[in-house]
Parts: sequence; C-alpha cells; structure tokens
Amino acid sequence: MIKVEGLTKRYARHVAVNNISFEVGKGEIVGFLGKNGAGKTTTMRVLTCFLPPSAGKASVAGFDVVDQSLDVRKNIGYLPETPPLYPEMEIGDYLTFVAKLKGIASNDVPKRVDEVIGRTALGDVRNKIIGKLSKGYRQRVGIAQAIIHNPPVLILDEPTSGLDPEQQREARQLIASLSGDHTIILSTHILSEVEQSCSKVIIINAGEIVAVDSVANLHLRRKGGEMVAIQVAGAPESEVRQKLELVRGVARVMPKDAPEGFVAFEIESLEQNAIRPDLARAIVESGWDLSELRTVGESLEEIFLDLTKSEATKAKATQEVAQ
Amino acid sequence: MRNVFTICGKEVRAYFTSPIAYLLMGLFGLITGFMFYSATVYFVNAGTQQQMTGQNSPMDIGQYVIAPLLGNAGVIGLFLVPLISMRLFAEEKRSGTIELLLTSPLNDWEIILGKWMGAMVMYLAIISMTAINIGLLFAWSTPDWRPIVTGYLGLILQGATVLAIGTFISTTTSNQIIAGGSTFAICLLLWVLSWVSNYADSALGKAVAYCSILVHFEPFSKGIVDSKDVIFYVSAIFLGLFLTARSLESLRWRA
Repeated sequence: MIKVEGLTKRYARHVAVNNISFEVGKGEIVGFLGKNGAGKTTTMRVLTCFLPPSAGKASVAGFDVVDQSLDVRKNIGYLPETPPLYPEMEIGDYLTFVAKLKGIASNDVPKRVDEVIGRTALGDVRNKIIGKLSKGYRQRVGIAQAIIHNPPVLILDEPTSGLDPEQQREARQLIASLSGDHTIILSTHILSEVEQSCSKVIIINAGEIVAVDSVANLHLRRKGGEMVAIQVAGAPESEVRQKLELVRGVARVMPKDAPEGFVAFEIESLEQNAIRPDLARAIVESGWDLSELRTVGESLEEIFLDLTKSEATKAKATQEVAQ
Repeated sequence: MRNVFTICGKEVRAYFTSPIAYLLMGLFGLITGFMFYSATVYFVNAGTQQQMTGQNSPMDIGQYVIAPLLGNAGVIGLFLVPLISMRLFAEEKRSGTIELLLTSPLNDWEIILGKWMGAMVMYLAIISMTAINIGLLFAWSTPDWRPIVTGYLGLILQGATVLAIGTFISTTTSNQIIAGGSTFAICLLLWVLSWVSNYADSALGKAVAYCSILVHFEPFSKGIVDSKDVIFYVSAIFLGLFLTARSLESLRWRA
C-alpha cells in the first residue's frame, strides 16, 4: 500500500529525513516511532503530498506522491499533529465541508457525515461549535475528517498526544476499530501505544530508520540472558538467596521489595540459559512456597532507547526521550 | 468547479458567522450614508439658491451626488479590503487547517479561486450598502441609471483587484495583522501614486500614475467604460491570483 524508497527531505539548513526506505502492506497498522524532531512528521507530510520529497520516491496505493498527487490525496486520510479544525464551525457543517472537499458525491455527503459521526461517537455534540469542544472531542473530529471518504490509507500524526489517559484509551480503541478496512500509519512517541495498537514498528532516529520489525521480534532483539522475577513466602531472605545463587546458569540475584511475609528477587540468567524450571525446583525442594515466578519482559522503552542510542548520533543520545 | 464553490461557500459562511461582516457593513453604511446626506443637502440648498436668485443653469444630481458617492465608496472600499483579505490564508496557516486544504484532492487554483470569490461576496455585501442611498434617490427623483451601473462595475473591478493582491499577501505570512497591514500599505500606495500625474509629465511619471488604482476608477464613476481601464483591472486581478498560486506552491517547497 505504501512504498518509500530512498526518501530524503532537506530543509534550508538541515536534513530532516535522510534516505529512508520502507514498505507497508495492506491492512497493516504501523507505528512510526521516534523522538521529537526525528523526522516522523516530515515523512508523513511527504506521504500526504503536503511536502514534496527532495530526493527518492514514495507511492501510496500505487500512485506516486509527486506525479499523481491528486490520486494519492484521494486515497489518504490524514490527521495532522494539530487537528485541522475551523473553530467557528459546527461539527456537522465542518464534516460536510470536508466531505465535499474530499470529492464525495453531493447525494452521499449527508449519509457519510452521519456514518462517521456515529463511528466516532460525536452524535451528542454534532451541533456544537468546534471552538467550544474539549481536546478529546476535537481529536475525534480530527479522526472523523480523516476517515470521511473511507480512504484505504490512514496517516495519523500523534493521534493521542495531549489527551488524558481515558481519552487516549478511547482514541486507541477507535483506531483499533478502524484497522480492519484501512492501512494505518500512526506516529507516536508513546511506546506503550505502539505495543497496544501496532502490528509493526518503524523506529526512526535523526532522520534515519534504525529498525523495522514486529513488536514481538523487537523484544527478542536485545542480546543477553532473560530476567526472572520470583517471590517466595515464609522463608528467610539470606537462605533463599544462597539457594538461588547455586542454581546452574544464574548470573546475578538481586533482592527486591516484597510485601510482608514474602521475599522477592530478580534473577538474571547467563546467555541462552532457561533457568525457570530449575529455580522453581530449587524453591519447592527446600520446602518453601513459591508464590510468583515470571519473566520480566524487556520493555519496548529500553529497546527503543538502546536502538536510538547505538546509532551514530551518540552525541544526541544524552537528550532525554520525550515521554 | 464544485470545489471552488465548496471553498467559496465556506469562506462566506466564515465571514457571516463572525461579527466582522456586520461590523464592516455597518461602518461602511454609516460613512457613505453620512457622505450621501452631506452631498444631497448641499445639492438641494444650491438648487434652491439658484432658483431664488433666478439663475437657471441646470444642476445634475448624477454629477453632484452620485459620482461623489461612488467615488468615496471606492476610496473607503480600498481601506476595508485588507480587513477582508487578511485572514484568507494567514488564518489557515496559523491554525494548521492549510494542511487539510493542501492534502485534499483539489488543485491549488481551486482553493485560490474559491477563497477570492468568497472574499468578493463579502466585498459585494459591503458595497451594496450604498444601494440604500441610491434607492432613496430613485424614490424622489429620476437620476440617470447608466453612470450608476458603470460606477458599480468600477467598484467591483477595483475591489476584485485589491482583493487579488490581498489574497497574495495573505499567503506570505501566518500573521493576520502583518497581512492586513501590508495590504493596507499597498492600497494606500496605489492610491497616492496618482498624485505623480500632477507634477510629472515624463514617460516614467505617466507609467507610475498608470499603476494607481483610483485613476482607473474615476472614469467609471462618470459613466465612462474605457477598455484600457477594464484591461488594467483584469490583468491586475490575474497578476494577483497568479502570484498567489506561485506563493502557495512555494509554501509546499519551503514549508
């Protein structure tokens, strides 16, 4: 559905996107992940024909963004970082206006407007003036305008930024509900969002792609052994620790906070050692109660930090990741 | 063409849902109404005086009331146009809605034409306030209608020209005050350029005076439609809209 080859976008003073290539298949939800200023918005603006590329090619639904710009625009729904809303208009009027802009036949306009209002749950406020809406509602109107012409491709630039957790959840559910019919690219710097909504992640740093992979594969990326959290009831801490350190393949045992009556540890294994069965056996054979045993997954956050740091831009790595 | 009307309709609604339309119409009606009243009172007094002194040189209401009214409307219109045109693109750039327009399946010229036409509707609504005054004249006398028609034609052409320039200026900034201020300055300049003809007889002087917008308006208010004036306005409109198109295009490249 979307194909980007060697795309470069230069501004007067700096290169925003440098020679990136990726592909997105039909029906995929792709998370576009990167720090602020990494080039996410620029890439999206090229894909939506708002900006022309400086070099390279990009095509959406088989149409080139430069040569067949109008065709691309017909096939794309775009939610920019700030939803493009006219504060003086009522929601219904605004969506009618957008529907006409997107080339929907006049007869179908009221039907389509009703449909997206239903889909984005805006029925209660349809006659309200946009300027008086809360941020969550505005974002929904933004999504409504992006899907009004039922485009095969949706490009959403930070669809959940600035929303409270409740609204974020709603927005994510809305996006997830769209996933069946549309190919979606959404950019974000919130990692949990990617884990929840996306099938594929593109991590971009300083204008270059550092990883394109599924969320599951990204978790496997970091080398090193696994981390296991363990909680034991009714046993003295020092004894448990000794016992655990004796298990084969254990590299390190770190005590953790535990509720009263329990002791807890995090255990790091040596490379490629499956230590969980041995740990469980060691505890049970000593006559203690094993109350919890689980792997501590590498958070996507750490993978992300790792990937964006290990690239050539070490100098920038000290900058905090915007959360 | 449908896209043009979509944009145009949205612009017109934007003007008329905000107080700006009614404010401009009210102010314009007030000022031209006062001018009309003064001119009419003067005309009536002068006419009565002539009759009393027994002189009987004919006085023409078109020359004493209508031509000055439309002439003044032209000058005042020149100052109101920046208030109409300043928001056209500057507001969209500031609020980010320009991204909606430029990523929708429509050509740049459709956006430009739609916006310019929307502004024209607003401008027509404003100058139509003078129709009240002209209507009063028709109720109590029988003025010649032909200079009135040409006068309005001139007003429309002049307004269209300045709006085209204002539309262009509005694409160059995201600040409405800057857009309005620069358009105002250019309107003022285009007005005073005519003064050059008072003292300069050289070819350059004539060329400079030719660029003055009001010089081309005067014949219209006297009932004369000269093709050279029409050509001046039409080509200036084209220039303004052409520059707008180039500016919008460069917006994509610079952004």
